Amino acid sequence: MNTDQLYDSLRKLQEPKGYYFNKDRQHVDRLLNSLMVNKERYGYMACPCRLAANDREWDRDIFCPCVYREPDVKEFGRCYCGLYVSTDWNAGRIADQYVPERRPMEKMFGPG
Amino acid sequence: MDKKVKLYALSTCIYCQNTKAFLKDLQVEYDSVEVDLLEKDQKLAVVREIHKITPTVAFPVIVIGEKVITGYRPDEIKKALGL
Repeated sequence: MNTDQLYDSLRKLQEPKGYYFNKDRQHVDRLLNSLMVNKERYGYMACPCRLAANDREWDRDIFCPCVYREPDVKEFGRCYCGLYVSTDWNAGRIADQYVPERRPMEKMFGPG
Repeated sequence: MDKKVKLYALSTCIYCQNTKAFLKDLQVEYDSVEVDLLEKDQKLAVVREIHKITPTVAFPVIVIGEKVITGYRPDEIKKALGL
């Protein structure tokens, strides 16, 4: 699968749910490429902006789209990585701002 | 520029790549580590190292002298560098 194919398949799945790709296609393509790197490396599409533990169960919260996408898009108009955004964000009605990490700190240390 | 600059990054993280490009444009020399490419034990040690200096481990982490910046924040980086 290449980034164009991944883009098309994810768009079809996510747009009906109200999540849109960032209008910056270059940013999106770089993230999709990183998702494919993680798929190859870990066997699942871990969020490229977070440190995965290489443990499927431990990292389930950061399988893209991560569980933090919903509250982040609701509060900031975009997810942590800026892959998925709302229509308002893409239209410039919401200012681009830094999205703070919601993943609990204890998750960062891995399962041990 | 006499402040030591260290970057903790992820190889897959676009904001980490943007931070590197930004530092390069500013002609700032820095040490960097790509945490996701480390072995498991080393990875844990580096996460603990980061957690000692900042409450949230969010990449990129940029250490400029005593200042710690998490996330790609060009204005804060420039300010910390005195530029």
